[in-house]
Amino acid sequence: MAEPSRLVSGGSADTLPPGELRRVCSEPPVTIYNVDGAFYATDDWCSHDKASLAEGWLEGHTIECPWHMAKFCVRTGKALTAPARVDIRTFPVRVENGELFVDLGAAA
Amino acid sequence: MPAVMDDRIVILGAGQAGARLAEALRDGGHTGPVTLVGAEAHPPYERPQLSKEMLLDPGASLTPIKPVAGWGMAGIRLLTGMAATGVDAASRSVTLADGQVLRWDRLVFATGTRPRRLPLLEAGPVPVLYLRTVEDALDLRRRLRPGLRLAVLGGGVIGLEVAAAAMKQGCSVDLVEAAPRLLSRAVPPLVAGRLSARHALAGVGLHVGRQAVGMADGGVILDDGRVLPADLVLIGIGVEPCIDLALPLGIADADGIRVDAQGRTAQPGIFAIGDVASQWSRWHGRWSRVETWANAQNQALATAASLLGRDQPHADAPWFWSDQYDLTLQACGDATTGEMVVRGDPQGAFATIHLVDGHINGATSINAPGDMAALRRLVTARAAIAADQLADPGFHLRRAVAALPKS
Ligand SMILES: Cc1cc2nc3c(=O)[nH]c(=O)nc-3n(C[C@H](O)[C@H](O)[C@H](O)COP(=O)(O)OP(=O)(O)OC[C@H]3O[C@@H](n4cnc5c(N)ncnc54)[C@H](O)[C@@H]3O)c2cc1C
Ligand code: FES
Repeated sequence: MAEPSRLVSGGSADTLPPGELRRVCSEPPVTIYNVDGAFYATDDWCSHDKASLAEGWLEGHTIECPWHMAKFCVRTGKALTAPARVDIRTFPVRVENGELFVDLGAAA
Repeated sequence: MPAVMDDRIVILGAGQAGARLAEALRDGGHTGPVTLVGAEAHPPYERPQLSKEMLLDPGASLTPIKPVAGWGMAGIRLLTGMAATGVDAASRSVTLADGQVLRWDRLVFATGTRPRRLPLLEAGPVPVLYLRTVEDALDLRRRLRPGLRLAVLGGGVIGLEVAAAAMKQGCSVDLVEAAPRLLSRAVPPLVAGRLSARHALAGVGLHVGRQAVGMADGGVILDDGRVLPADLVLIGIGVEPCIDLALPLGIADADGIRVDAQGRTAQPGIFAIGDVASQWSRWHGRWSRVETWANAQNQALATAASLLGRDQPHADAPWFWSDQYDLTLQACGDATTGEMVVRGDPQGAFATIHLVDGHINGATSINAPGDMAALRRLVTARAAIAADQLADPGFHLRRAVAALPKS
């Protein structure tokens, strides 16, 4: 059975221009990315250790952890490089009246 | 280039660098045999856990890069508990401790370093340990009991992490550093001061500008004549490269095995990576070994590319991190020279940026990984950014990276 949707606000879409990312202090915390105008969200905690991916480095669809530089795909959550071995979760993002919403109930 | 892809590649040393290189060769489509020869009894593992998780958590077990079976599955022949004892460049062969001879088309040295020892102290009545292998870490962990008096010799990253872990286990700790401050080769006085203050707050007795000159009953004798009471001594005064097999080939000196940005040594077909490799540093203006986790990973990747016939030179600025108590230190490039700019609150989270002739040549950070993610790139590019901009917390480092000319 699908989890009920659990929407949290990710702040205004205008203040997150392409190439930038933002941490949402939800439970669990997530990071929202703007890649060329499309929004994505993933777990904020790197699956390798304890770093916040919102402090990491976004290049195209790849987020690099600020700690040991593991890379993940923000679309799929796939762990792309060592030292990460475990994928992170992704969450759907939608924009309503200029506000970003992340559905924590629909983790993939 | 089939001749390259089916070459027999032998890697000496199954540590982090050797392991990452072997993986990258397979990922990159290498079809020939890849053999990883390791003297240690374990499959490859990363060492940072030895002075962190393994000491802080009495229940932590060793996390290998992959389990033994994973190497076979990846098509990599892993020999553990097997030292290489000789290399012959003319016949392109390696001899192993059990007499076996392996032939290679290309050979990679990934033999790492071993702790620099102080035999004078080892002869004394107090037990002396070093920390390089998982056995060392388990031995140290067993002995770190509440009330134990530990003397740490060496105020580098390993000595400081051990001191922090021992305080957590309820030991009393004294730390002796010969230089006038901690981590003097890696960080500026401001950062060293912050770390000193944190260790002092935890209760570590710091003795900087002092050296251990001998061992007395129940303690370590310092050069000012004092005796530091100790039940156990941990020595972390640096390392020396494992070059025994490389020296006769004429590719090494006491500082390591010199390589170019593709990992090539002076001998055709022979490469070196990781801690044992000496590289030219644009940031320091000299040859040096880069004894860091990031180098073991990224230089191995660049060298794998070069073995696969692709040109992807290793160009990253040297970078390391260290965790002590609630502080995470990171340093990049050369953070000991030039004009220093402070960004953030030196009592809280902050970064230091070091400018040489107006170019960013080094940086450190305490609890500011976000700044460091950008600074690593600015140091690698040796970007020219004005000091007052860098000091302004409103100045966006990330956007400064985006504005760099694409190479
Ligand atoms: C306790 C500790 C904590 C650390 N923490 C950090 C940190 O927080 N951050 C950071 O950036 N770096 C850290 N480092 C440094 C980092 O671990 C090293 O830079 C890295 O391990 C280098 O990898 P390497 O493969 O070159 O060498 P190693 O991992 O040392 O591997 C070399 C291997 O070669 C084997 N070998 C040598 N000679 C032979 C032979 N003749 N035949 C077969 N095998 C041989 C050795 O047994 C060894 O297993 C730490 C190091 C230690 C010891
Ligand atoms: S915490 Fe992210 S790579 Fe280690």
